[in-house]
Amino acid sequence: MTAHAIELRDLHKYFGGNQVLKGIDMTVEPGQVVCVIGPSGSGKSTLLRCVNLLETPTVGKVFVEGVEVTDPDVDIDAVRRRIGMVFQQFNLFPHMTALQNVMIAQQRVLKRSRKEAEVVARDNLEKVGVGAKCDALPGQLSGGQQQRVAIARALAMSPSLMLFDEPTSALDPELVGDVLSVMRKLAEEGMTMLVVTHEMGFAREVADRVVFMDGGVVVEDGVPAQVIGDPQQERTRTFLHRVLHPEG
Amino acid sequence: MADQPKTVEPGRVRLSPRKRQRISRTVQYVVLAAALVAVVRYADWQSLAQNFAKLDVAEQALPDLFTVALRNTIVYTVGGFILSFVFGLLLALMRLSQIKPYRWIAIIYIEIFRGLPALLIFLMITFLPLALPGFQVPGGTYGQGILGLGLVGAAYQAEVFRAGLQAVPRGQTEAARSLGMSATRAQITVVIPQAIRMVIPPTTNQFVALLKDSSLVLFLGVSSEYVELAKFGNDLASQYANATPIMVAGVTYLIVTIPLGYLASRLEGRKGGKR
Repeated sequence: MTAHAIELRDLHKYFGGNQVLKGIDMTVEPGQVVCVIGPSGSGKSTLLRCVNLLETPTVGKVFVEGVEVTDPDVDIDAVRRRIGMVFQQFNLFPHMTALQNVMIAQQRVLKRSRKEAEVVARDNLEKVGVGAKCDALPGQLSGGQQQRVAIARALAMSPSLMLFDEPTSALDPELVGDVLSVMRKLAEEGMTMLVVTHEMGFAREVADRVVFMDGGVVVEDGVPAQVIGDPQQERTRTFLHRVLHPEG
Repeated sequence: MADQPKTVEPGRVRLSPRKRQRISRTVQYVVLAAALVAVVRYADWQSLAQNFAKLDVAEQALPDLFTVALRNTIVYTVGGFILSFVFGLLLALMRLSQIKPYRWIAIIYIEIFRGLPALLIFLMITFLPLALPGFQVPGGTYGQGILGLGLVGAAYQAEVFRAGLQAVPRGQTEAARSLGMSATRAQITVVIPQAIRMVIPPTTNQFVALLKDSSLVLFLGVSSEYVELAKFGNDLASQYANATPIMVAGVTYLIVTIPLGYLASRLEGRKGGKR
């Protein structure tokens, strides 16, 4: 039996007295693309951030490729090397060029030589369509370009799975497509992806599974055709109706 | 007279706010001009020039004013600045550390050294060899001056760095950690370089403050080859019983401090414009 790419067991998370996750059980298999949807405040970003321990679960266990990352003895830095993460606000390092952004962790964490890191960085920037922007600072790039550099930065570490935390939510509408098509390409290449998103079209077409969360619990979990196309729960229906028909 | 409703009769001349402002401004100009005339008319210009701007005394200041005094001022200031920069960054990191005793040490240090007059620190440094027999500040007089400026400057610089470190968004650390960097690595590679960039303007102001405080070296009781601008001016002034050398030293400070002040505010302006 091969290990799950991600396994969450009875995950609870409190922020002070506020319970954000109320017992999540979930698995992601290698090569799967799983989209997490749900209203804001439903805990979906927190769930994602628990996978690489940017948030520490209050209760429960997280396994990544069979390794329990919530075990205090585990080297979390080593685990994170294998988990790429893309943030809503891009979080590029503003004092470094696009190329340096993609090189720095390769050099400092993977101890790759400068030359090797640069080759890998250029390849990945090329792959996400910003090969011509290697020497630009993040401030000189559009949001869509920044987010693609951020994806390249994560990919350059050769991760075995990728987390996307609302990757297109901070983008101007006309730039969303560029980022989504990069993500689609990744999915086609067989990358394991856990994506928190509001892009229903993307979820429907690319995801193997869609998870609908509300109020800190998983309400529905299934193939897109079911969860988005034929939701069984009233809460899911209400949410989807609001998202797909914003003007009522 | 019977009460009448207070109405403004049309055509009646009333002072409009704008007109009142104009009159008030005219009065202020007149008062200023009168004061100026009084100063010009009644000041004893001859005596003032004799005591504060005597050219032949000013000439005596050259060339040592630049080759010794200004040079030493720069040595003390730059040395003290480097020490305060490094030590200040260390204090700021301790101040923001997860480890409580580090925070306490940093807070205590910062509060004491910001709360005491810099002069007192310099006076204490002169007593160090008494307190610790056999102890000598490395670098002699330079070392003492640099130590004094560094200790005082570090407390202020620590607060400057703290503001800078706190202004780096949390997402930066998160991005670095998600790439597998350790907490220390993330600080060194991602957070500190950004914090330093952000605090360049206030740090320039800190440099100017240190430059002025370098005059406190005067109280270390230094021999002539170690004098900086203030002591240099003061010594010459005593020698000639004339204040001109102090004026000359003052002008020399301004030649350095005013451009630096402009530089700081320009850097500050650019920081706002960027992004």
